[in-house]
Amino acid sequence: MSTEPTIFEKSRSGRVGVQMPTCDVPVVDIQDLLPGVALRTSLPLPELTEGDVMRHFLRISQKNYCVDKGFYPLGSCTMKYNPKINDVAVQMPGFARVHPFQPEETVQGTLQVLFDMQNWLSAILGMDAVSLQPAAGAHGELLGLMLIRAYHVSRGDAHRNLVLVPTAAHGTNPASAARCGYKTVPINTDERGLTCIDDLKRQIAACGDNLAGMMLTNPNTVGLFEEDICLICDLVHAAGGQMYCDGANMNALVGTARPGDMGFDVMHVNLHKTFSVPHGGGGPGSGPVGIKAHLAPFLPVPVVVKDDEGVYRLNYDLPQTIGKVGPYYGAYLAVVRAWAYIAHFGKQNIHMISEDAVLNANYLRVELGKTIDIAYDRICMHEAVFSLKNLKAQTGIKALEVAKRIIDYGYHPPTMYFPLIVPECLMIEPTETESLETINDFIQAMEKIVAECFTDPETVKSAPHTAPVGRIDEATAARNLDLSWPLEA
Amino acid sequence: MSYLPNTDAERGKMLAAIGVNNIKDLFVHIPQAVQDAADYSGLTDSLDDLTLQRKLIAMSSNAADLNSNACFLGAGIYDHFIPPVVGSVCNRSEFYTAYTPYQPEVSQGVLQSIYEFQSLITRLTGMDVANASMYDGATALAEAVIMSCDLTKRRSVVLPANLHPSLRSVVETYLDPLGISIRTAAQNQETGATEIDTLTENDACIVLQQPNFHGVIEDLGAAVAAAKAVGAQTVVSVDPMSLGILETPGSLGVDIVVGEGQGLGCFPAFGGPLLGLFACKKEYIRRIPGRIVGGSVDTSGRRAYTMTLRTREQDIRRDTATSNICTNQALFALAATVYLSVMGKQGFKDASTLCVQKSHYLAAKLAAAGVAQRFSGPFFKEFVITCPAPVVDINKALLEKKIIGGLPLPGAPNEMLVCVTEQRTKEELDSFVDVLASFVKGEVA
Ligand SMILES: Cc1ncc(COP(=O)(O)O)c(C=O)c1O
Repeated sequence: MSTEPTIFEKSRSGRVGVQMPTCDVPVVDIQDLLPGVALRTSLPLPELTEGDVMRHFLRISQKNYCVDKGFYPLGSCTMKYNPKINDVAVQMPGFARVHPFQPEETVQGTLQVLFDMQNWLSAILGMDAVSLQPAAGAHGELLGLMLIRAYHVSRGDAHRNLVLVPTAAHGTNPASAARCGYKTVPINTDERGLTCIDDLKRQIAACGDNLAGMMLTNPNTVGLFEEDICLICDLVHAAGGQMYCDGANMNALVGTARPGDMGFDVMHVNLHKTFSVPHGGGGPGSGPVGIKAHLAPFLPVPVVVKDDEGVYRLNYDLPQTIGKVGPYYGAYLAVVRAWAYIAHFGKQNIHMISEDAVLNANYLRVELGKTIDIAYDRICMHEAVFSLKNLKAQTGIKALEVAKRIIDYGYHPPTMYFPLIVPECLMIEPTETESLETINDFIQAMEKIVAECFTDPETVKSAPHTAPVGRIDEATAARNLDLSWPLEA
Repeated sequence: MSYLPNTDAERGKMLAAIGVNNIKDLFVHIPQAVQDAADYSGLTDSLDDLTLQRKLIAMSSNAADLNSNACFLGAGIYDHFIPPVVGSVCNRSEFYTAYTPYQPEVSQGVLQSIYEFQSLITRLTGMDVANASMYDGATALAEAVIMSCDLTKRRSVVLPANLHPSLRSVVETYLDPLGISIRTAAQNQETGATEIDTLTENDACIVLQQPNFHGVIEDLGAAVAAAKAVGAQTVVSVDPMSLGILETPGSLGVDIVVGEGQGLGCFPAFGGPLLGLFACKKEYIRRIPGRIVGGSVDTSGRRAYTMTLRTREQDIRRDTATSNICTNQALFALAATVYLSVMGKQGFKDASTLCVQKSHYLAAKLAAAGVAQRFSGPFFKEFVITCPAPVVDINKALLEKKIIGGLPLPGAPNEMLVCVTEQRTKEELDSFVDVLASFVKGEVA
């Protein structure tokens, strides 16, 4: 595919892309309107027609792989189909074209979506209340930890500053803990692929009364359900800690089981994974936080309530609130999309999400497990984790190279090298919206690639061959930083 | 179910291949008591596709939207014009159904758009480097303040009294667990600008909002000089639309520039999702939060883009990362990139200039009708007026004329923050004045 010049190279002096209106009020000299204010003398923006702009972005769009084109088996990311009714909904004026500071009476339909979602997510997560304010999963983690901290502080336990985080956890967990002023204590994973209970007990004892809580992903980051979850929660609670659930893997549980019933006190869920909000090339997402009642006094403001007359209102009157983690009411349009996804399934069919997601993953685990090694040989949840350690020992080919070769077969690569505890890790998550044919085709492609590792290793090592660009020199990118197009002299 | 391809026959085949009899056998690791406790009766009934669409239309219709009403509300979220091509690009499946570009070979479209976004933001702000976006202007400001504390190794920051209350609240919430203390710089009650004389050698930075919450344009140069004198930094939260005409923070010596990018091609959308802008001097590049895209070459020497300086990020550095941010606002960064490209040098300047002209026309007409401006300092598109009646009452009268009035200021029920964008017509401005004039004359009780 040919290189598309930057938008700056396509600029031609004098071109206009939007014809602005002539000013319909009497024009006054700007210097007179803004006396003493420093004004800019140049505005180095490009000059193009609307057609130039459309063509440029359409051309670069063709260099992306996307869910609407094919299978995107990224583990931990839940790349499910993004229903098109959602795209229609987010253009509707009562959602897209309303201002957050409009009087409540003028945004009743707008508020209803938030009110419903607070309730629906509470029901799905098994929690007592939900804040829709966080903009993504990591943002939800930070809010959840802040709520835990506020709870401890309110009980005179401000000294509790240690959080248990499995070594297998996503990087956002320890990073969020640090942002909350907490120190993390790593917990090991045992040979089952589950939290090592002995290590947990040891670390809890070592924390003493400084334990603030534990962050646990369940199903965990190797795609397995933490079957000792009730015991884990009991141990942490007995030591005075709170249990945080990283709900990134909630797709395995929706409609089947609820973290709130397992003993978790607080959790986030990623609407951009579990509830069909598209990933947008990296965002925006939405990371609502569910909590048990004892954390409710500390929720960020406002929360949406329905008064006795059935009118939706924004309640700012929470005297113990931690404040705000976002400026308004969260990623509103993402919440609208998730509303539509949940309403489509409803209470009758919501269980089908987790059932088909887990069925597809286990099918893939068993069938692909005939070709490459499964990391932990037991029933998995919504994703299956493989280790190419043996393949590498036999052929010298790394997980990264296999992943790149998958591109040549028309798929996006799976997640690789996460979690770090699995050597030469490939994590595959098919989601509920992929068909048996797609999964079978993918398995066949993987079989061919593994055969190539033995018969034609050079082709695998130099992959991809059919992508818009080949392997990229990341060392050069980091050494000779080129982070913006230079200004024309 | 419209999105689930598995048929019952296929489910049976797959269960057999796995070697279990029943779907429930795949959930055996979940304690039975936990499964039994699950109760979904609080959910809606399942809606068919037609009913779902009808229901969404009904809810959306139960609101006074900005298509049918002229908006004079601002305070951080703005009703700026969105060129149609922004939607045409952002609604391409290739962009909105892609993941974060961790696999650059199949993500060059997203990566190039972010590189162009970073380039446009540096040009707009006059800063050296910009990142690939933050959640919103408020968290971007909180991150900037924390970065400034890290860089200066100081644990106190100065916020202006006239900082947007939501921004203030988010910054306070972020700083509280980190033990960073906040002092407040007073507002000049005459001009509305910040009094910059309270900095000490313990302060990491002074923050200014440009224009400030009350719409007044601040003297960034003076803040930079005061900060430099005590070895502190200057952090500015800027309305990017104002940069169509205002001098860049970069050339005035500001260290870190953040802002809310919603006005650059994103819907008001009841306040979310938004677009956090983050730019700074290049010497701070290794402390920047969030993703950064860089240019490079591929194996055959072709220009290509990739995420770079990754060792700052949470997936590699974990608890010592520069931030916990992972998912950001890539699609809205794309919207802003398309917006700035199509508005271009002329269109963007025109939009910015129209904001100044029209808002000043309205202020002058209101003054002539007996509604005075609260502050005397220069303003861009927003200003505070002292109303002859409580703002909530005036807004009810305005709504009858299909006008969404300005923001009643917290703690000052008769003061209204009015916003005028390039979208407001003379006719709308004049009817706004008419309604306020009727209150001045006492025609409305
Ligand atoms: C297990 C896990 N936790 C947390 C996150 C962070 O979520 P977000 O990217 O929405 O901030 C992710 C996302 O990749 C994840 O997979």
